[in-house]
Amino acid sequence: MTDITHDTTDLIEPRRGIVEKGWEWARANLFNSIFNSILTLLITGFIVWLAVPLFNWAVLDATYSAPNDAACKARGGACWAFIADWYKFLLFGRFPEVSRWRPALVILIFVAMMLLSSQARLKGKHLLTMWAGGVVISVALMFGGFLGMPYVETELWNGVPLNLLLTVGGCGLAFPVAIFAALGRRSRMPAIRWLSIAYIELIRGVPLITVLFMATVMVPLFLPTGMTIAKLWRAEVAFTLFFGAYLAEAIRGGLQVIPRGQYEAADALGLGYWRKTWLVILPQALSISIPSLVNTSISAFKDTVLITVVGIFDVLGDVNNAMNAPEWRSAYWEGYSFVALLFFAVCFYMSRYSQRLERSLSRARPGRR
Amino acid sequence: MTVDTRGPIGASTMERVWWREERFRFWAFQIGAVALVAAVLGYLWHNAVVNMERQGIASGLGFLDRESGFEISTTLISYTPANSYGRALLVGLLNTLLVSAIGSVFTTIFGVLLGVARLSSNWLLRQVTRWYVEVFRNTPLLLQLVVWWDLLRISAPGPRQALQILPNIYVSNRGLAFPVAEWHEVYLWMFAAMLVGILATIWVARWARHRQEQTGEQFHTILAGVGLVILLPLAVFLVAGAPLDLDKPALAGFNFKGGTVISPEFAALLFGLIANTSAFVAEIVRSGIQAVSWGQTEAAGALGLRQGQVLRLVVLPQAIRVIIPPMTSEYLSLTKNSSLAVAIGFADFMSIANTELNQTGQAVEVITIAMAVYLTISLLISASMNVYNRYMALVER
Repeated sequence: MTDITHDTTDLIEPRRGIVEKGWEWARANLFNSIFNSILTLLITGFIVWLAVPLFNWAVLDATYSAPNDAACKARGGACWAFIADWYKFLLFGRFPEVSRWRPALVILIFVAMMLLSSQARLKGKHLLTMWAGGVVISVALMFGGFLGMPYVETELWNGVPLNLLLTVGGCGLAFPVAIFAALGRRSRMPAIRWLSIAYIELIRGVPLITVLFMATVMVPLFLPTGMTIAKLWRAEVAFTLFFGAYLAEAIRGGLQVIPRGQYEAADALGLGYWRKTWLVILPQALSISIPSLVNTSISAFKDTVLITVVGIFDVLGDVNNAMNAPEWRSAYWEGYSFVALLFFAVCFYMSRYSQRLERSLSRARPGRR
Repeated sequence: MTVDTRGPIGASTMERVWWREERFRFWAFQIGAVALVAAVLGYLWHNAVVNMERQGIASGLGFLDRESGFEISTTLISYTPANSYGRALLVGLLNTLLVSAIGSVFTTIFGVLLGVARLSSNWLLRQVTRWYVEVFRNTPLLLQLVVWWDLLRISAPGPRQALQILPNIYVSNRGLAFPVAEWHEVYLWMFAAMLVGILATIWVARWARHRQEQTGEQFHTILAGVGLVILLPLAVFLVAGAPLDLDKPALAGFNFKGGTVISPEFAALLFGLIANTSAFVAEIVRSGIQAVSWGQTEAAGALGLRQGQVLRLVVLPQAIRVIIPPMTSEYLSLTKNSSLAVAIGFADFMSIANTELNQTGQAVEVITIAMAVYLTISLLISASMNVYNRYMALVER
């Protein structure tokens, strides 16, 4: 609406300075009523009240290099020296120092794959192959034990690579589970339907933390005597089960909007259940559910920090561990800012991507809900 | 079910064999799936029995009657370490329900305000709420909780330098200490007066509605209702001579004695859950309001309704139908997320279950109980929200 008035006034009196235009914009968007004017002033005051001390803390009074937190305290601001000194530990945890280039490479691989998937026009199969390959290479890099790379046990896989691997590995393994659960939930066979509903609703009805506790404390009891599985893999099974239920609901959303005619047409062609599902229904349902699948993966990524609660050290665990070092005992705000920025960058980028997808999908399929 | 969906083409080109029959597959798949699940579960159960016997882990629910031996800081019912494990779990369950209930109420209020502010005509307000939503949605909740906790625990002053924000209300790193009124039987009468006030408000609302339908005259029902509900108990209080004995918090040694103290853990959990979940609620409310077509707003404006009335009488009643289903899952996730209390040391159900697991070693029983309890709470919330949803749903001809 404001654009239209802009255009007409521009026609009447051309040549107006940027100040006048700015004033007009402010009149329309900030001071268009008494209530809004008061609100604008109050919010401005609030921002100043909040931002000035924050800016002083984070930039003006900050210390960028210091031997310990006592040296930072003197200036009163943020102690970025802690990040500068410890960023490798925050990113990679206790991974052996000489081999830290391996988890670093893993992070780069994941960032590259994320950018490629959201920017380049890679489609379906290629995308899947790339991610599967990326995860396999990453796991191999973390393990080592070949090409002269020393073997590193999963206990020492800490930090950011852990969050990335747990998310992508968990969602990747959960994806087939989710497809079967979603199809099963819509099956006309009561036993299959009820098994699927039981799985999905049981998992969605309990907190992730109970599933993680189950995997780390209870599962060792359920294994045959003498068999052990590393804690990390047990946690990965828990994430897989958990993400599977949520991904299944995202896929079910896609399945529900496939018009009946598609099923009937496939039947008319003489396709059996599996070929009908694989060739006609799933390709459509999955492409519709991509935005909600991406959203589920974003929450999955945020959920991976819960692994610190069961004693596996991801990036949040690393921050807590770093604070055990006597020289940086009070650097928690800096450490938490580091983790928060990291998650914000990834999640914000991915959610923007998912919104873009959603818009382009709704453009591509007019009239279909 | 018995109709062959392949039709005549399938019938003529494919030989009919018994294992291709629809009816056979219908039963074979189901029996196979159930048998497979039963076999896997049975195998795991067998392993568990063998392992527990070998490691000498007790089984069964007998431990619930044994003495717990641990302290709990926040309790709604009386509890001492001499009480049983079962009672400790009950204390935890009540704490979880308390956090979830208070959290849900404030999340709804705060989330709706944020959602409406997200669509304000004020650009600055839109931007501020937008970035609030983005920040809280795009960082892990666990991190947010830890930050709240540190904010309240470390950055707050010690009890001796406690901030007195209002008379007798202190904020310190031991939590929020505030006075409580000593019990007096007049309070019972005040409560009765409040009930009378509520009933009277309902009657006034009916009368006002009837009169508006007859004559078109409007009546300030909300103002009258607030007056009745607040003024009646207040009148009872004053008539009785205003008996008010405050149990005030006072500094004793390194902590506050008297009054009630809300621990930093409880406050951090509550603030964290409310701040986080309202960001999600705001998005739900925003998209719900945007789902109501703009023509409705214009039509209401053309009828002469003011902006607030348009929102309250026309837009929100329609938006609420879109809003309720996703809101249900927000209440559910708030309740489930309250289990993150385990990371900041608030004695919710999960923390107490965790403590008992470590003390008794009965992992199978404790985790099964925990899952069953959370599942039950979730199912109850979904069921009651479904009832509400059906009540609010558009009744079409």
